[in-house]
Amino acid sequence: MGEETPRTRTIAVGAIARVEGEGALRVTVKDGAVQDVELRIFEPPRYFEAFLVGRHYSEVPDIVARICGICPVAYQMSAVHAIEQIFGLRVEGALRDLRRLLYCGEWIESHALHVYMLQAPDFLGYESAIAMAKDHPALVTRGLRIKKAGNAIMTLLGGRSVHPVSVKVGGFSRVPSRRELEGLTAELLWARDAAAETIRWAATFEYPDFAPDYTYVALHHPDEYPFNEGRLETSNGLSISVGEFEQHFTEHQVAYSNALHCTLQGAPYLVGPLARINLNHDRLPPSVKQVLAGTGLSLPLRNPFHGIISRSIEMLYALEESLRVIERYEPPPVPALAVTVRSGTGTACTEAPRGILYHRYRVDGDGVVREAKIVPPTSQNQGRIEQDLRQFMPRLLNLSNDDAALACERVIRCYDPCISCATHFLKLEIQRGSGT
Amino acid sequence: MNSERGSSSIRIIGLGNEFRGDDAIGLLAARRLIGVLGDRAEVVEAGVAGVELLELMKGAGTVFLIDAVRSGQGLGTIHRFDVSSGPIAPALFPRSTHAVGVAEVLELARTLGVLPTKVIAYGIEAGDTEVGHPLSPQVSHVLNEVVQLILKEVEASACTNSIS
Repeated sequence: MGEETPRTRTIAVGAIARVEGEGALRVTVKDGAVQDVELRIFEPPRYFEAFLVGRHYSEVPDIVARICGICPVAYQMSAVHAIEQIFGLRVEGALRDLRRLLYCGEWIESHALHVYMLQAPDFLGYESAIAMAKDHPALVTRGLRIKKAGNAIMTLLGGRSVHPVSVKVGGFSRVPSRRELEGLTAELLWARDAAAETIRWAATFEYPDFAPDYTYVALHHPDEYPFNEGRLETSNGLSISVGEFEQHFTEHQVAYSNALHCTLQGAPYLVGPLARINLNHDRLPPSVKQVLAGTGLSLPLRNPFHGIISRSIEMLYALEESLRVIERYEPPPVPALAVTVRSGTGTACTEAPRGILYHRYRVDGDGVVREAKIVPPTSQNQGRIEQDLRQFMPRLLNLSNDDAALACERVIRCYDPCISCATHFLKLEIQRGSGT
Repeated sequence: MNSERGSSSIRIIGLGNEFRGDDAIGLLAARRLIGVLGDRAEVVEAGVAGVELLELMKGAGTVFLIDAVRSGQGLGTIHRFDVSSGPIAPALFPRSTHAVGVAEVLELARTLGVLPTKVIAYGIEAGDTEVGHPLSPQVSHVLNEVVQLILKEVEASACTNSIS
């Protein structure tokens, strides 16, 4: 679609497929140079912040699980950790392991969805997973089966398959028996091998030569690949506690979007699988490092299109970690620690599939939420997506409008932007013209 | 989800986000049906399920999906689509909170040969989907009608099943 005048050309693409959420991208090109890139997204977490105020702390895990259909566990984990900090609770041992396992389930599901259903069609030349499924049913079925292995963890630990309901402040409303967890093992073993195969498969794709100079940000833990805790570290040497997040990361309102853009010392930065692997690869177990080495890729991964590889690597890691947790599991003495309500403010950051998810809550003496702040990964990556598009656009200027738009979609999809809390339509406009 | 899975071949799947205004309509209809259907059909509250729908439909002979839609028609308009006979336009479900659209998942199921024999999708025209808002009066007004329509179809299907 498009219209042309002697001076300007506008492409309006109705929807960017396979990007979760609602939004629009407007690219302005003048005299053959990219003038401006504006990504507008609708960001419901902001609306949930207000919705949480006045609610009892015990309702928070269930409410925040509804913000996003893809990463409900991430929202629950950041929320319960922040509230537990206020109450002076520390969840350790088997309960902590179970939370880690639940998070593995979410990563497996989310990454399998993105790798197989959302990004692979770009590399194999299909407009959608449905089109890809016609020619490669076995591939799509493999992706769906890996995803299902993650979903089985979510269903067992979360109490149901779409919105987990068993997570609570202090632990879980119910914990599984050893036997129940062991029931997952056979399928997780299959999925582990399939994930290793996925990495080898993704490494055969042809990748555009593109390596922006990113500042990576991720959690960093002394001896674990990060899920639920760690310090916030960046590739330019910053290392802070999560409580210091708001001193270094600033949110800005931009005129064209209702989503806030987050910057680190005034500049965009990258969160998510690429950032995590680059900052935490030494925390990956030898078996995962070995598969990664077999791809011939060297770290740090700087090409956003390698997002599909980094997700595949993390999928393998999450499967190995799940099996490790299950193997050593002994049910905890109680499903949840006793809670003593007290007033205060707590912060937490956990690693959602798409990157760090920051929550801050202020709770009063009755356990009622008085203030809530949520900074989702996609709002942190927004500035970086725009910057990537600015850098990538010049090589697209000779393409037809439709082809340029498709190429932009592919860049955006590398980030797996989860604006899905809203809807799944991203309108894209490219305006081309000569100088005034 | 929080309903029991049984061996019944008729399954009703309600979709939506209960905290987001009219988006809750599918869930609310499913909840009402739990009360009136008893063991005549299995009812699943699927929240914002996307690709998970493939699993949620598995094993059922007949599936009724209930979800909010936006097609530009009047608020509360009830659409009925026979998915078994052909695809639904993806644009009908643009405002849903689901990760991958319902229409796309159904087509994926068809492509992979796992679409249940009979799939009927009920779409209720939604308006306000703001967080924390209630159902709009026009959508609330048709809740009972949707429930009755599905009830009638379930009874007819159950009848056909028992004859065949």
